[in-house]
Amino acid sequence: MPKTNLFSAIGVIALVALPLQAQETDPNLVADHEENGRWMTAEGIPTYKIEEDGTVDWATFSGFRRYHAECHVCHGPDGEGSTYAPALKRSAVVMDYYDFYTVVAEGRQKVGGGQNSVMPSFGTNPNVMCYLDDIYTYLKARGTDAVPRGRPAKRAEKSEEVAANEESCMDS
Amino acid sequence: MKTLGTLSIALALGMSVSASANESVTEAIGNAKQWAIQTGDYANTRYSELAQITKDNVKDLKVAWTFSTGVLRGHEGSPLVVGDIMYVHTPFPNVVYALDLANEGKILWRYEPKQNPDVIAVMCCDTVYRGLAYADGKVFLHQADTTLVALDAKTGETKWSVVNGDPTKGETNTATVLPVKDKLIVGISGGEFGVQGHVTAYNIETGEQLWRAYSVGPDDQLMVDPEKTTHLGKPIGKDSSISTWEGDQWKIGGGTTWGWYAYDPDLNLIYYGTGNPSTWNPKQRPGDNKWSMTIFARDADTGMAKWVYQMTPHDEWDFDGVNEMILTDQDFNGQPRKLLTHFDRNGISYTMDRETGELLVAEKYDPAVNWTTGVDMDPASPTYGRPAVVKEYSTEQTGEDTNTMGVCPAALGTKDQQPAAYSPKTNLFYVPTNHVCMDYEPFKVSYAAGQPYVGATLSMYPAPNSHGGMGNFIAWDNVKGEIKWSLPEQFSVWSGALATAGDVVFYGTLEGYLKAIDAATGEELYKFKTPSGIIGNVMTYEQGGKQYIAVLSGVGGWAGIGLAAGLTNPNEGLGAVGGYAALSDYTALGGQLTVFELSD
Repeated sequence: MPKTNLFSAIGVIALVALPLQAQETDPNLVADHEENGRWMTAEGIPTYKIEEDGTVDWATFSGFRRYHAECHVCHGPDGEGSTYAPALKRSAVVMDYYDFYTVVAEGRQKVGGGQNSVMPSFGTNPNVMCYLDDIYTYLKARGTDAVPRGRPAKRAEKSEEVAANEESCMDS
Repeated sequence: MKTLGTLSIALALGMSVSASANESVTEAIGNAKQWAIQTGDYANTRYSELAQITKDNVKDLKVAWTFSTGVLRGHEGSPLVVGDIMYVHTPFPNVVYALDLANEGKILWRYEPKQNPDVIAVMCCDTVYRGLAYADGKVFLHQADTTLVALDAKTGETKWSVVNGDPTKGETNTATVLPVKDKLIVGISGGEFGVQGHVTAYNIETGEQLWRAYSVGPDDQLMVDPEKTTHLGKPIGKDSSISTWEGDQWKIGGGTTWGWYAYDPDLNLIYYGTGNPSTWNPKQRPGDNKWSMTIFARDADTGMAKWVYQMTPHDEWDFDGVNEMILTDQDFNGQPRKLLTHFDRNGISYTMDRETGELLVAEKYDPAVNWTTGVDMDPASPTYGRPAVVKEYSTEQTGEDTNTMGVCPAALGTKDQQPAAYSPKTNLFYVPTNHVCMDYEPFKVSYAAGQPYVGATLSMYPAPNSHGGMGNFIAWDNVKGEIKWSLPEQFSVWSGALATAGDVVFYGTLEGYLKAIDAATGEELYKFKTPSGIIGNVMTYEQGGKQYIAVLSGVGGWAGIGLAAGLTNPNEGLGAVGGYAALSDYTALGGQLTVFELSD
């Protein structure tokens, strides 16, 4: 059983029950500060930041690209799900960040009782793990409809910090 | 089991010693009442001589009986019928059912292999399996985890089993096997995991490995003769593959072999195509990446390649070359020729001389195809046989981290594995197609064993400025290289076609319809909505003096991934969401066989 902390449970209730304006104040979603070129909530969880003209932060854009290389072959385009794999855009909002991370790194199996679902473990895959915060950020933005389906039209530039981190992660 | 000789097994099965496997398959295929291998015959025509169901009476078709497979997810391939037994397969966990047609479909035996479910995670696009093959009193199952099992056709007892690949490296299986003489011809999947693709021949009686020929690598692994193996009439020369890769990249170079196999008994050649080079990022693998994306003709006994033809050198779009090779004997410019017709993922239909590998026709079979202006057909040209790539749609030339927009077809191809049919009565090919385009952005990836090795982001959408649907069902003239007629479909047509001597052509749709059309005109004569989307192939058989049509439903496969939630066109800007049909509005998961008959 994934442990659900009170914090994310509140986030789910807020999403279900409140209109869009309320999401903008949801502490699990609101970008509070930047850390190493990435937007974070007040609690230090990665999140998206969309400007009024629709420009998305680099992480959201990078997440869009990496999602559609690594994840969409099972989970469908734009985090919408496929005939057999769940829509991840909801998972990123509903699941606790650390639980989300654990499932991707370790994988998960639901086999038997008519189900044959296996999520592989991506823990050794640099193409996933080096970009997991980006993928999480993108899916969170999709899950709240902060970004629409398809490729984000406008994006922020990649910062030097992000580029340096990416290089060291992919080469390690 | 290796200690048992052919003689004792043949005797144990109560068969005549002189009946070789070759004869048993030839005989089984030659009887139109049966459907003994997935492709119907060695030539992959998917044509049946059965003619009780005709274009005049097919409107009276009705459901005769149905059977639930008990498995969800994508059902590709078709059942087999040999004698009074029907053999039905499922996707993972790859259950096999033997149904007694003489006893209202009672289950005679079932076989459910034990497989490590980890294999599901390394299958790129759903857990599909394209079905069983029959030969020599045995039914051959090639499991997702690459375990190849010979089952006694009457009892389901395991006669032998071998393992063809290593799923921890991403080697899996989705394809059927082809029994040829005393051998089984067996392919491998895993192009998205950096697998070095190969074809292997196993002894049909013992499972002993006889030869293995790789798609990429040094000459001995390729099983080519630099002087005798030809490419468009010229010897391929030494190191023809490794000289087209940078360093050791060929070792994770792809060229997997998950399509359909064909065999010409007179020429003793097997034909198949190889898949994409790994990764999908072309910048990361300079060179022509031979022999990925290639049609191979190999000697069935020795495995040596007689000729090759690379359709898409240095792939930039994931246009696997694995689609079926359809072997026909037709007049070409007044001369009788042994032809091979192949509808490639890249949107070009190739007509070749299957004896020599000469290229006769290369034409687009969807007018939307735009990545190339066409294939150079001048034998004197230095680029003979190569497609001229349009710079605007070249993901290599636009480069890494740049989004190449509006490429047609999408990576799904103008056609994927769903096999076409050919009728010798009309001399037409009936082709299920995709009508989908894409944006493609390659970027750098790192290789890790058993992990996806993709390196590109794709967005797909219906072909612009067309009928808005994502598929067509076309009739094709392979001599002229022309579409005769084209039926628009709302979704990609992901079901294999069947042509019959009753002048009817059958195919399934992703919404779940089985459709019957007039072989001459394409006029729709009958349709019935089955419980789930159809990605299986339509087959026919006769039992008790009556002709039946059968098809597996069970939506899934790559089509089920891409189309489940519907596609959007990013080029139409924000707000286009929901502009296209979502498959999930029409159908849901569920594996079922539906068998049709004429009303009395």
